[in-house]
Amino acid sequence: MKKEFQHIFRDVRTLVILFGLPIVMIVLFGYVVTTEIKDVEVGIWDRSMDQASIQATQKIFSSGYFVPAGYLEREEEIGELFRSGRAKVVVVFEADFEKNLKRDNSASIRLITDASDANSAQMAQTYLQGVLMSYFQSLNQDIQLPWSVEVKSRMFYNEEMKGVYMFVPGLMAMILMLISALMTSVTITREKEFGTMELLLASPLKPREIILGKVTPYILLSFVNALTIILLGFLVFKVPVVGSIWLLMLACMLYITLALSLGVLISTSAKTQQVAMFISLLGLMLPTILLSGFIFPIDNMPKILQWITHIMPPRWFIVIVKNIMLKGTGFAYIWKESLILLGMTLFFILAAVKRFKIRLQ
Amino acid sequence: MTAAKDPIIEVKDMVKKFGSFVANDRLSFHVEKGEIFGFLGANGAGKTTAIRILCGLSYPTSGEIMVAGFNVYHEREKIKRKIGYMSQKFSLYDDLSVSENIRLYAGIYGLGRKEIASREEQLLERLGLTQIRKRLIREIPLGWKQKLAFSVAIFHKPAIVFLDEPTGGVDPITRRQFWEMIHDATLEGITVFVTTHYMDEAEYCDRVSIMVEGRIEALDTPAGLKQSYKSKNMNEVFLKLARS
Repeated sequence: MKKEFQHIFRDVRTLVILFGLPIVMIVLFGYVVTTEIKDVEVGIWDRSMDQASIQATQKIFSSGYFVPAGYLEREEEIGELFRSGRAKVVVVFEADFEKNLKRDNSASIRLITDASDANSAQMAQTYLQGVLMSYFQSLNQDIQLPWSVEVKSRMFYNEEMKGVYMFVPGLMAMILMLISALMTSVTITREKEFGTMELLLASPLKPREIILGKVTPYILLSFVNALTIILLGFLVFKVPVVGSIWLLMLACMLYITLALSLGVLISTSAKTQQVAMFISLLGLMLPTILLSGFIFPIDNMPKILQWITHIMPPRWFIVIVKNIMLKGTGFAYIWKESLILLGMTLFFILAAVKRFKIRLQ
Repeated sequence: MTAAKDPIIEVKDMVKKFGSFVANDRLSFHVEKGEIFGFLGANGAGKTTAIRILCGLSYPTSGEIMVAGFNVYHEREKIKRKIGYMSQKFSLYDDLSVSENIRLYAGIYGLGRKEIASREEQLLERLGLTQIRKRLIREIPLGWKQKLAFSVAIFHKPAIVFLDEPTGGVDPITRRQFWEMIHDATLEGITVFVTTHYMDEAEYCDRVSIMVEGRIEALDTPAGLKQSYKSKNMNEVFLKLARS
């Protein structure tokens, strides 16, 4: 029954989608949807122009994240700068900056950000705080700074706050779900639509042999895809695999099986390819993107949505992959998530078998 | 009903219900070995439901049914080895070539590689498809596809072949050729169970049953039916039955 391969390879377009998609996705996400910052334009309004403030300014621009967008002299210029889009952030040093610093051990710097692009504004601000913080600390340990300790946090496991680190696991979750669930549900419903399923059912093949025959090629394809993503992530974006590669493969297998059983389940209820595709896309893809914590952090979601994310398989898969790839943890730290995925897989398989039987009545 | 000499399908009081809808209402009939058994009826009369039960594609609600000597409740796997099936919908793979389709189905029925190869040659020769064996199914005309689908259904030399409206949408000439193929199949000892709603095709059958609203209203040879309903052709017989 490995003839399904012939099907897949016959259809060149499908093939292109199957293998091209992960590559395009990873490059797109890698370069476009970066959450890291680079060359952010910063305006400086230095009202004291003393040694301390000038040094701080130098520090900012030598950090590599920021480029000067101009030196201001009046408050109105801030708005102008933002409106013309020449700067994202303006740093304001108060008058008598150094004097205050020496006298009160505290001086204030205002950071004004153009929050019309809230995400990058937030990022830029955090980075700026970090830069200034480390500078003043190096200057004098005793000086208490007016901003919160939060700035001191180090970005563990992803020191450079690289977006790719985040999206490689997410992308894996998404693409494997897409290929496994979508493709299986579509091919099985295609058999139904063309009436070939009837013929297979009327043959001596057992239903489980038919399903297995249809699904096996996709297991292999998905697996190749998973490897492609990891490899691309490593070669192009230097995303490391800290933990055991075998454990990672195992996790991928589990997730693929889960997605496949979901696909089979969908195909038992969908009558046509269109319906199958629709259910897969709307019912699987969107939640995978939105509710898995892949792009939008789960912690920031309303409570109800947070609760819903618990039933999203990709959520758990992403946790597992991140643990293995970035933290290098062993099985001891991911057994809970793995167990959840395993449970879900069994549930979907049972549900699919049950539905399949009903259809035969 | 005359006593069966050598029955290959025996059906007694077969009932199939979908919820409260009765699709097959106490059907009883038998099919002789080697005959062409026509299963006639209007759309929605319950033909496909019955054929699906006989092929082991769905369970009957009640009744005693034996196909090729096996029970449809417990021995479906054994039945499936003995039968060929051609469904209403056209059922070859569009994106596989002629020869790949043949090999796929032959493989499913567990034929050996050598046997497949030699029978494939024969078949292609007979159908005149040798030239286009590498062409994809979607590129060849419907008439050829139907003939090929039938040949594939009897490729593994089943005891019975079930044909569910095999000639839908096919031109008269091809239909004629198709029935010649069916006839040839019976010469090889294959029993043919065929549903159709073309009444002219009923004339080719050895015996014909006519279903109306889930029940078998008449069962006899075409000649016998015409006589008892005082009709010139099967079409008249059918119309008289359907209106009564």
